[in-house]
Amino acid sequence: MNQWEMIARGGFQFFGKMTASVAHEIKNALAIINESAGLLEDFTLLAERGRPIDPERLKLLAQSVMKQVHRADGLVKNMNRFAHSADEPIKIIDLVETLELVVSLAQRLAAMREARLDLVMPDHPVMVATNLFLLENILWSCLDFLLAGNHKLVQLIPETTGEGARIRLVGQFGFPVDPAQAFPSEREKALLEALKGELEMEPQVGEMILSLQKNF
Amino acid sequence: MRVLLVDDEAELVSTLAERLSFRGIEADWVTTGEEALKQVEKQRYEVAVLDVKIPRISGLALKRLLEEQDPQLKFIFLTGHGSEEDFMIGSAEAGEPYYLIKPVELNLLIEKLHEIIKGRGKGLP
Repeated sequence: MNQWEMIARGGFQFFGKMTASVAHEIKNALAIINESAGLLEDFTLLAERGRPIDPERLKLLAQSVMKQVHRADGLVKNMNRFAHSADEPIKIIDLVETLELVVSLAQRLAAMREARLDLVMPDHPVMVATNLFLLENILWSCLDFLLAGNHKLVQLIPETTGEGARIRLVGQFGFPVDPAQAFPSEREKALLEALKGELEMEPQVGEMILSLQKNF
Repeated sequence: MRVLLVDDEAELVSTLAERLSFRGIEADWVTTGEEALKQVEKQRYEVAVLDVKIPRISGLALKRLLEEQDPQLKFIFLTGHGSEEDFMIGSAEAGEPYYLIKPVELNLLIEKLHEIIKGRGKGLP
């Protein structure tokens, strides 16, 4: 399999994983709305039998439904943004916006590992010309690798550099260097090559630094 | 009947527990596998309703740990994954009658709870 075949195959898998993750989250939001509506119906039936309805409970249920509708709407918007990531092979992007999207998409992954993702906002916009979809893909792989440790917090720090930009992914402690689970794998190396990027690993301090050139 | 609901979506399990209580089923709820293990240690349940995916542990792995604590405990799985393939895999692992897809129809869940208690279903591996 050549570099582009590897990237394409992995890209489909990545896209599928994102879609499944968002679909799962939407299902959860719908399940809560479903139960809240059911509970409202229960209260109505009980009221018909003479049990008074507590207005405070109704208010909380309405708030819960609104919260879940907002959550589902956010998920759909993010999925839509993500779906358009592959529209252009190269575009000038604001790294903060990209990282906000990646953090949103990775929330479920982090929650499953009882971790939190924290995007550290830079003082100035960090702009770079790159392939957005491939960048999201490599960032996801890096987060997946880091979150496999027991970090409770992973920080994402975008920074402007002389050559372009870099993203520091910082865990709470070092990670073991296991040759059997080498990271970056051949696929991630192919992604980095396509992005003309570099990935430095700092296992002692649990940090990964993804550097990108200003001009693709 | 007393059941334990385990799902990391607190709003889902708390509401479900209240709705079950209106129908004469005592339900407690927790949001992590660790809490589920503690809860089963101090309280006897007839059925545990588990989300397939909860933080740090899969529903099936949690089932095995809970079974060690209480071999009499029976299980129903809930999942947010609705694909046909997921359903087939989950059904094969969990036992078809006891694998439900969210959002769950409450009457169907209650039907399955009664079924599993009476031992009419296929049973779990």
